[in-house]
Amino acid sequence: MPQHGDSDNRSAVDILIASDRVPANARPDLLTEDDIWALLDEVKDPEVPAVSVVELGIVRAVHWDGKELSIDVTPTYSGCPATELIEELIAEALRAAGFRDPKINQVLTPAWTTDWITDEGKEKLRAFGIAPPEGSSSKMSLLGEPEVIACPHCGSKDTERVSEFGSTACKALYRCKECLEPFDYFKCI
Amino acid sequence: MNQKEALTEYLLRLADSDMILGQRLCELCGKAPALEEEMALMNVALDLVGQARNWYEYAADLIDDGRDADKLAYRRDAHDYRNLLLTEQPNEDYAVTMGRQFFFDVWHYFTLKSLVNASDERVAGIAAKALKEVTYHLRRSSEWVKRLGDGTEESHRRMQDAVDILWRFTGELITPDETDQLMAEAGIGPDPEQLKEDWRGLVKEVLQEATLTPQPDDAWMYMGGKRGEHTEHLGFILAEMQFLQRAYPDATTW
Repeated sequence: MPQHGDSDNRSAVDILIASDRVPANARPDLLTEDDIWALLDEVKDPEVPAVSVVELGIVRAVHWDGKELSIDVTPTYSGCPATELIEELIAEALRAAGFRDPKINQVLTPAWTTDWITDEGKEKLRAFGIAPPEGSSSKMSLLGEPEVIACPHCGSKDTERVSEFGSTACKALYRCKECLEPFDYFKCI
Repeated sequence: MNQKEALTEYLLRLADSDMILGQRLCELCGKAPALEEEMALMNVALDLVGQARNWYEYAADLIDDGRDADKLAYRRDAHDYRNLLLTEQPNEDYAVTMGRQFFFDVWHYFTLKSLVNASDERVAGIAAKALKEVTYHLRRSSEWVKRLGDGTEESHRRMQDAVDILWRFTGELITPDETDQLMAEAGIGPDPEQLKEDWRGLVKEVLQEATLTPQPDDAWMYMGGKRGEHTEHLGFILAEMQFLQRAYPDATTW
């Protein structure tokens, strides 16, 4: 588990610690599905702590009938090493809210797409220094030229791709020719 | 062979090819020619190992003898492995590494593109996810083949050598056997003739742009990976890859 120590990631760690002391007076039976979505919106992606697992579109569904709670989640990439950790963080957050036995189901269909990242999520990515995915995943060409990606630092569109693959599976590496800063691009899939 | 047996066999082939190529790429960790290349190679390897796990998990459910994805990957010997011979070939220089990747990616891309429409829902789901990833793999490897082929005199020579060395392992990708036929008939696997046409079409298009010459379609081909008859390289890969699981079976703390 990464220990970045930055404030954005602290809430997830706090949740982990808090889960050791599930509040005895917690009344999850009073919570609605909307409340649970709001709760999950506090769980940040461990690799990209600027955005929550809800904003990234990783949480697909919440099923809550007042007794049994199950959450459908989908991995961003087949080999995303953060998948298990994200599932753990979600389960911990739910236990901290008093849910004793939340079920986390991994669903592969339909396959995750960057189109599911919310507009708010995209804005947060940009503010964090990661260029959000441009356009729709359905329009990606097989051998064609890549899209124009704006620099998240200065906004210039005079950028070049350094590598199709960046620091994590979901990102590509770019460089801004205007402000000369390198940056990650959350690539469209 | 009934359909369930054929599907199990087919899933193991997909899983093993992903796994072995992923392992091969990981050998370059810490040794790639440039930092960006290192990251790209490891990203591709990670995708492949993740896809392998998805296929292994499905295969394990069908085999249903208590073995899970880890046991299928780490406790089977070379003759049980069903990966394509191409995937076990050594990295050699970067032209060979990228040439191997390109030939595989083209096959992988068209295979997955067909599997997305498989009559089997779970196969279609895993393929849909993998296809998005492999589209990027193919874009990258085809760019490298063009860059090296249409580059300097030396890079052209090396890339042409890579094509000539690897060509003999490509026949297996597009030569169907009983399992491939059964899968196509079941509406799961790709139509073998279509796959052959697509693979040859795109490979020739890219090689032409790269100013490279393909070998003839009827060149002599090595085959056998799909039935467990491998080149000398696989045993060495498994010896390294499976060491920990063999030395400490069922260890739960690393």
